[in-house]
Amino acid sequence: MKRTLGRNVAIAGAGMSSFGMFSDRDSKSLFIEAFQEMCGSVDKGIDAHVIDALYVGNFTNDLFVKQSHWGAVLADALGLIPKPATRTEGACASSALAFREAVFAIASGFYDVVLVGGFEDMSKRTTEEVTEGLALASSPYEGAAGFTFPGVFGAMATAYFDRYGATREHLMDVTIKSHENARFNPKAQHQRSIRQIMESRLKRAQDKGGPVPAWETEKDFLADPQANPPIAWPMHLFDCSPISDGAACMLLVAEELATSFTHTPIHVRGIGQGSGRALHAADELTSFEATRAAAQEAYQMAGVDAGDIQFAEVHDCFSIAEIMHTEDLGFFAAGTGYKAAEEGLTRRDGPKPINTSGGLKCKGHPVGATGVAQMIEVWHQLRQTAGERQIPNRNLQIGATQSIGGTGGTCAVTILERR
Amino acid sequence: MSEPIVSDHAFEQYLAAGRLMGVRCVGCEAIWVPPRALCPDCHKSDMEWLAMAGTGKLVAFTSIFIGPPWMVEQGFDRQHPYCTGVVELDEGPRVVARIDGVDASHPEDMKIGLPLLVNFDNVSLDVSRPTSDARGRLVFNPR
Repeated sequence: MKRTLGRNVAIAGAGMSSFGMFSDRDSKSLFIEAFQEMCGSVDKGIDAHVIDALYVGNFTNDLFVKQSHWGAVLADALGLIPKPATRTEGACASSALAFREAVFAIASGFYDVVLVGGFEDMSKRTTEEVTEGLALASSPYEGAAGFTFPGVFGAMATAYFDRYGATREHLMDVTIKSHENARFNPKAQHQRSIRQIMESRLKRAQDKGGPVPAWETEKDFLADPQANPPIAWPMHLFDCSPISDGAACMLLVAEELATSFTHTPIHVRGIGQGSGRALHAADELTSFEATRAAAQEAYQMAGVDAGDIQFAEVHDCFSIAEIMHTEDLGFFAAGTGYKAAEEGLTRRDGPKPINTSGGLKCKGHPVGATGVAQMIEVWHQLRQTAGERQIPNRNLQIGATQSIGGTGGTCAVTILERR
Repeated sequence: MSEPIVSDHAFEQYLAAGRLMGVRCVGCEAIWVPPRALCPDCHKSDMEWLAMAGTGKLVAFTSIFIGPPWMVEQGFDRQHPYCTGVVELDEGPRVVARIDGVDASHPEDMKIGLPLLVNFDNVSLDVSRPTSDARGRLVFNPR
């Protein structure tokens, strides 16, 4: 069924904070940084008083920061009072859902100019507390069985390996590619390639005069459990996105108003959202039903198919997830995503670049900020403003994002277009 | 034990009494484990409790080296990982459960398809009268 918006929506500006673990930053400080960068990105300038409403996504602040009601708190911090502010929660897809609500608010004709964003403040808690907090988004049965988030994806990986013959080496191809892209992302939490990390550790070992590891390739390094310990086998440390603080936001406007804000509007061409079941009840252990549904809805609205999507940011909370998402989005046939990663098809200079930002793995994953931050990367690539990580020699017109919440309970797919 | 209303709590109470129970939809005969109060296939809510044989096979698994605080309290850590997985019951439904009796330190030697038999953690010994706060956990062992 082809769905349409009542009127079309465009992105007029975007900004994000640096992502990382910041002991001296809080949610307001991070969001203000993103907001100010967004204001500066609007080519023809913006007076914040024209913003009609705010939609923000956040997952864990109630638990980790002991503060709720973040719509109003941020509206106040940004000087938007008394404009309406609404918070959405869809676990790691929280701001992808905020984006949809903001699109609907404009498409309905009710608002013309809407600020949408997301944020998360996670690093002041211990790893165990964060692990337990994030697990609130899995099913109660998974928690009782001792599953963690990495554990759910680890179990899916074993099912994928068994069904299609992939191995941990293919996960390493994803990790090495993400780190390579993040070298050129000044906002990223981890900005070094695996080779750079390996060489700095070799040098440190040599300087200390102790035993020097016998790593020659990046895969030697990643295969060494001392350097890359298991978290939830087969998920090792370098298969997992980090604990992060950060914020991201965008200015959405009615399409007919877009050129009064910017020379280069980026248009919302398709949106889709789906829901999925808990791990034990999933229709497939190697695929996400919510993603397949969301992609179908977005593709039908946009009138495109997977082959028309030139590049994408997908939700690589864990390396195996990136492989599965590229299959669920239809970029590669089921069971062949790992071969595509191995053959370099998803590299920045490949035919289907995936996660040019470095992905959640390297850019960082402040969960509530992630959905909008993914769209910001697509916005940069389409506007040819991605700097050294710009996809080379390509007339980019259509890119997509895919965000999942929890262990696949929610998925949102967004297709953006430059005309 | 009189037939409890269908809920996660009742499922856990049965587990605490050493029984793996699902429900069968009277309308369409679908079997659901863990139990569902509403059949997602036919949307009817007439469910009858059904005992599972407790046999199945491993279809996905992981070895957890960094667990949640309540598992860490039981002594599981980087040096002492535990295994958890997805079990396909012989009746068809799948459940998630801890997998005991395997070498969680060497998950690369474990195989999908491993035949399993149900076991229980935190079992209340008085099967006829599980206490209201008893929460059983599902565990499987190699068979």
